[in-house]
Amino acid sequence: MSLLEVRDLTTVFRTGRGEVTAVEDISFDLAEGEVLGIVGESGSGKSVTALTIMGLLPRPTARIRSGAIRFGGEDLTRLPESRMQRIRGPGIAMVFQEPMTSLNPVFSIGDQIMETIRAHEPLSPRAAFSRAVAMLEKVGIASAATRMADYPHQLSGGQRQRVMLAIALVCRPRVLIADEPTTALDVTIQAQILDLLLDLRDELGMAIILITHNMGVIAETADRVLVMYAGRIAEEAPVAGLFDAPLHPYTNGLLECVPSLTEDRARLVAIPGTLPEAHRRPPGCRYAPRCPLAAADCGHGLPPLRALVPGHRAACLRIAPS
Amino acid sequence: MAAEDDFLEVRQPPWRAATRRLLHHRLFLLGLILFGMVAIVAILAPWIAPQDPNKLAMRFKFRPPDRDFLFGTDNFGRSLWSRVIWGARLSMLIGSSVVLINAVCGTAIGAAAGYFRQIDNVLMRVNDALMAFPAVLLAIAVTAVLGPSVNDVIIALGIVYTPRTARIVRSSVIVLREMDYVQAAVAAGAGHWRILRRHILPNALAPLIVQLSFLFAYAVLTEATLSFLGVGAVPPTPTWGNIMAEGRQYMIDAPWIIAIPGLALMMTVLGLNLLGDGLRDVLDPRLRVQS
Repeated sequence: MSLLEVRDLTTVFRTGRGEVTAVEDISFDLAEGEVLGIVGESGSGKSVTALTIMGLLPRPTARIRSGAIRFGGEDLTRLPESRMQRIRGPGIAMVFQEPMTSLNPVFSIGDQIMETIRAHEPLSPRAAFSRAVAMLEKVGIASAATRMADYPHQLSGGQRQRVMLAIALVCRPRVLIADEPTTALDVTIQAQILDLLLDLRDELGMAIILITHNMGVIAETADRVLVMYAGRIAEEAPVAGLFDAPLHPYTNGLLECVPSLTEDRARLVAIPGTLPEAHRRPPGCRYAPRCPLAAADCGHGLPPLRALVPGHRAACLRIAPS
Repeated sequence: MAAEDDFLEVRQPPWRAATRRLLHHRLFLLGLILFGMVAIVAILAPWIAPQDPNKLAMRFKFRPPDRDFLFGTDNFGRSLWSRVIWGARLSMLIGSSVVLINAVCGTAIGAAAGYFRQIDNVLMRVNDALMAFPAVLLAIAVTAVLGPSVNDVIIALGIVYTPRTARIVRSSVIVLREMDYVQAAVAAGAGHWRILRRHILPNALAPLIVQLSFLFAYAVLTEATLSFLGVGAVPPTPTWGNIMAEGRQYMIDAPWIIAIPGLALMMTVLGLNLLGDGLRDVLDPRLRVQS
């Protein structure tokens, strides 16, 4: 029984050119304590998937056309906003990419952490305070009790991301969605935050959906990976299987873009072409125009996501099941 | 435990830094002194006015300023000092009431329009319609309907100026609702009310405070205009506009009657404008860089 089940999820945006599909037929499961990585280029639908699960799609521009998101015995796509509010935080929490602007400048960080606690649990100010301090210590803020009164501008980017994590985790969510949590940070801080995420996963027993475009981050942290391309899942695999034996030509292309310290490669291989715009997608396989393996039948109909190796699915006609 | 008590009880209020900067702003201090003098006189009016402002004493009429009558007397022998003091009280009462009405209604309308975009169009078009009228004309129309008492003038000016405040609040709210920390708060399970109260309105406060200080000046000025035109509080109510209207006929022979309330009015409006400029310099860092 998985914690979170996403089934055939399709999210569309209303634009000047009619409705555009941002995310199409996404299905995946998230088990307790699992770290699921979602990778893809900008515009591949990673963040929209996250926002759809959180119920944070911009309204009325975006809507869920079909599909279900099952969490705790309920379908999140059908819940009223008031019920959804109670799930955000203690059920599913989220950290965003921009730690510099994700904190309210006019309240101290302590206020903001305590506000989140008290929005969901009837605790006294004193109890909320000690809970907030404990959480700040857990995310690695030194002398947490005195820093509670600090305002966001007094903290560095890494510290702010730690505070954001504290706010997201203080209600002990069962699922944490981290949308590029380290993109805006220095490389050394990135590693610290990712280690912290994994430690907290072990300590709090939550599942994590980690969204990134960085293959290195995925390799280090994820248990299972979802590769997205143009709004669809291209490949889904355990992290070892993906890096050792990628199936989809797109995943191959992505991995060839990653510089390696051990192999002696003069140049990195870039994938030719660009991600098709959402209203101008090719018929058939969306990767076909850029794909080195593409043949005539790739242009007819979307390739189904098939389990080609046990536990390893890919949407490609050119790969034969083994 | 010490840190906990610090945090929960004796925390530095966030406006302490702003207060310190305001006290180093010379023009703000000048404005504070000018406006403060008027405000103190207004509050103390019943105790410091030497004569009843409406007591007629024909034998003293047209006395120029002297030892008995600090600001002289008018055509009925009433003490101008007393009348100007009581006028200050009325001006302050009207100004602060209009500011209060604006702070409450303008913020509510502006926040609703900026945050709930479905009702934005309706609210803002009504707003635009009200703003299309010249302020004095609209105020005259409203007092014509309501009546000429002080309360009616306050309501009229509240109706005239609320759309302006609503616009300013709305534009701040539209910017703020897209901030990352608002989305982060939604993702942490905050509802509309909490978002507005904790994350949007506190950040929209700075431009609102500045606007309200200017609005106080406008309200005082418009009220004087209405009384001067004879559509505000009825004589013999001692408003500055009324005193000036009566003094206008004797401007050549007894210029102090019109000059003294005029100077009081100027002092109040100048003081408030300097206050507002100072507040804007301190509260809006983007403008401070340029000056």
